[in-house]
Amino acid sequence: MKNKHESLEKNVGRFFIFTIMAISIGGLVEITPLFFQKETTTPVDNLRAYTALEMEGRDIYIREGCNVCHSQMIRPFRAETERYGHYSVAGEHVWEHPFLWGSKRTGPDLARVGQRYSDDWHRAHLIDPRSVVPESNMPSFKWLEENELDGELTAKKLEAFNFLTRNRSHKDEKGNAIPLYTAEEIANAKAAVKGKKEMDALIAYLQSLGHALR
Amino acid sequence: MSSFWSIWVSVLTLGTLVGCFLLLRMCLKNFAGVEEGESMGHTFDGIEELNNPLPKWWSTFFLITIIWGFGYLLLYPGLGNWEGLLGWKSSNQGILNIEESKAKTAEYLKEGSNVLVEYDREVRRADEKYGPIFEAYAARDIKELAADEEALKVGQRLFLQNCSQCHGSDARGTTGFPDLADKDWLYGGSPEAIKQSIMDGRKANGMMAWESALGGEAGVKEVAAYVLSLSGREVDADVAAKGKAKFAMCSACHGQDGQGSLAMGIPLGAPNLTDNIWLYGGSPRAVEASIKNGRAGVMPAWSNILGEEKIHVISAYVYSLSQD
Repeated sequence: MKNKHESLEKNVGRFFIFTIMAISIGGLVEITPLFFQKETTTPVDNLRAYTALEMEGRDIYIREGCNVCHSQMIRPFRAETERYGHYSVAGEHVWEHPFLWGSKRTGPDLARVGQRYSDDWHRAHLIDPRSVVPESNMPSFKWLEENELDGELTAKKLEAFNFLTRNRSHKDEKGNAIPLYTAEEIANAKAAVKGKKEMDALIAYLQSLGHALR
Repeated sequence: MSSFWSIWVSVLTLGTLVGCFLLLRMCLKNFAGVEEGESMGHTFDGIEELNNPLPKWWSTFFLITIIWGFGYLLLYPGLGNWEGLLGWKSSNQGILNIEESKAKTAEYLKEGSNVLVEYDREVRRADEKYGPIFEAYAARDIKELAADEEALKVGQRLFLQNCSQCHGSDARGTTGFPDLADKDWLYGGSPEAIKQSIMDGRKANGMMAWESALGGEAGVKEVAAYVLSLSGREVDADVAAKGKAKFAMCSACHGQDGQGSLAMGIPLGAPNLTDNIWLYGGSPRAVEASIKNGRAGVMPAWSNILGEEKIHVISAYVYSLSQD
């Protein structure tokens, strides 16, 4: 009797194809259907688009790698909702590109940190975390107070988000999609952020987090 | 989930389980063409491959996990729209606002509901345990609660969790964040005022930047000198006298004698300038900076986050700190 396994074991190409088939099943079952589900593509009622300044702040959040230590995903456990508020739902994140859920929880979850502390607190905390939370091991981000935004790319970012979310934006009464940003907002984007400090942008972004469900 | 995706998920999931079973069955057979335990006919670096069967314990466990998988999919929601015999859910997903979430929770927790939301159950269990405690606290006066050691411990725990980030774990505050353990209040130290501050937050009307109105750097220095003199600090008398003339502009909020808005009975958040307690620092430079650039402290509102019952207990704790 011929060894059936030999045809796999001695043929890299064939083995590769079967491996890909085996490992893709999980994704096909768990991820692909989500692209087409109402509950994962419909924004929650109060979701609003980031302002130009918040959008710049979000990019600073990504640049500084905040998501490496801070998650933005409150799990449905009482221990988390007592501390952070209502658990996160898919509809809050339908406009996120990329998602900033994070995967490591060194610092607290930030999904609903908005309006929880004052701007002054965020400023003090980002310049020197230990000045307000003595036991904190968060690094200082004091250069954000010095760097200025030029706003060169802000309008393009808003346009990109209009494109990326075109199938998932709010709908008007007739069922037509309402783009995240109007032409006017895009035109004013540069002026809205130019000259502002990166610190202001990041704080604006942080204060916006969780606005849609509280 | 549309029926297409429901079928998609179900077929792939069940197909994988069946596929695993068929693979296991195939591999349990000896199809190598060699007796079990005999050499497969090749060696490498002196190591010879034998035709050993799959270990029995391993293949048995593999089989058990496959059977377990079918049982699990029967009981729990795993196959598309199949909700499982237990009616188990982890949370209310797909909600579009808080009200909807609350309505769903209420519906599922009703007697006779065959859906069981794990998160809601966990919260209900906790509410059954802690609810009556907080309810009893909420029914009592804050002043009375401030003398109850047990309540103060609960209040302190909540304070440390939610308030210490700004006000410090000893509630002594820091630059820009008020000390809650002294008797100097911006919005009032009565139990009611404290509770309102926590519930709705406070937004200082905001001290504007005064540099241009005071005629530049010199004007700022003069007013700063006068303000420091109000707290009995040593300053250049001439400079302070010039500042006094300009202080009229400040008196609208801080009062004519600088005792703060609270002394006038208006909770504007303008501090008392005569008690040598300085929210933003009491050095001449810090006071000058406050006058020059303005200040606007913000206390966030907590009613939505913590709820009134917990805030009631925190208020008692905060109130107790400034009592002798």
